[in-house]
Amino acid sequence: MSIEVNGKVVDWVENETVKDLLKRMRYTFPLVVVKINDSLIPRKDFSEVTIPNDSKVAVIHMISGG
Amino acid sequence: MDKSKSEKIKEKLSKSTVGIAGLGGLGSNAAVALTRAGIGRLVLVDFDTVEKSNLGRQYYFLEHIGKTKVDSLKEIIGKINPKVDLIMHNIKLEKGSMEKPFKDVDVVIEALDNAETKTTFIEEILSKLPGKPVVAASGVAGYGHSDRITTKRLGKLYMCYDGEAKSSDNDVLMAPRVAIMANWEANTALEIILGEDK
Repeated sequence: MSIEVNGKVVDWVENETVKDLLKRMRYTFPLVVVKINDSLIPRKDFSEVTIPNDSKVAVIHMISGG
Repeated sequence: MDKSKSEKIKEKLSKSTVGIAGLGGLGSNAAVALTRAGIGRLVLVDFDTVEKSNLGRQYYFLEHIGKTKVDSLKEIIGKINPKVDLIMHNIKLEKGSMEKPFKDVDVVIEALDNAETKTTFIEEILSKLPGKPVVAASGVAGYGHSDRITTKRLGKLYMCYDGEAKSSDNDVLMAPRVAIMANWEANTALEIILGEDK
């Protein structure tokens, strides 16, 4: 029972939300784009969407500058 | 060089449209690169005017100070190739309707500056225009460390990315690195339009 977060294999936790996972991974960036198996998760849903077992999660840090 | 390859590229690009959100360091440089590459149509969106400080990294000249970025870039592109079909929007992209100018483009380039706006823009394009490829950039500030930049692909989102870079709120924005990212975005847009170069 595991998931992959930015290429790193970590334990899968039942009922863990995106918000919980970001906290567990210590991703404290203020702005991130999160995808679970290629589906984009809107920021407003971070506290509701749970991470399925065996999923691939990508967290991208959005940094100002342009 | 393979003549048929260059003809095919010319043909394909002349019929393609790229939309660019923001005409600062990323957007102005990406627009010029795509113009020189032979893009047929550009949809360019920015609400701002050129300031003297912009000349440190953006593709404008002293004579453009005080003019809108859309008008200035139209003039610059016209001097490179007046045949490029330009659709200019001198507007600020507002949350809730950010996708509107980009409905009919083949590829969208995110070239905004603020992290919050970047994130909202990406979310809106991907959710409201499903299937539309989006090229975005994160981690533009600073100098050096060119080889930390990579392209992260997440479905239809192509992120030109340096996750170790500092925010531009705490770091300098300098022409070489901004132009690398801008051209990286333009190059990624070409790859999406033309397919992988084999």
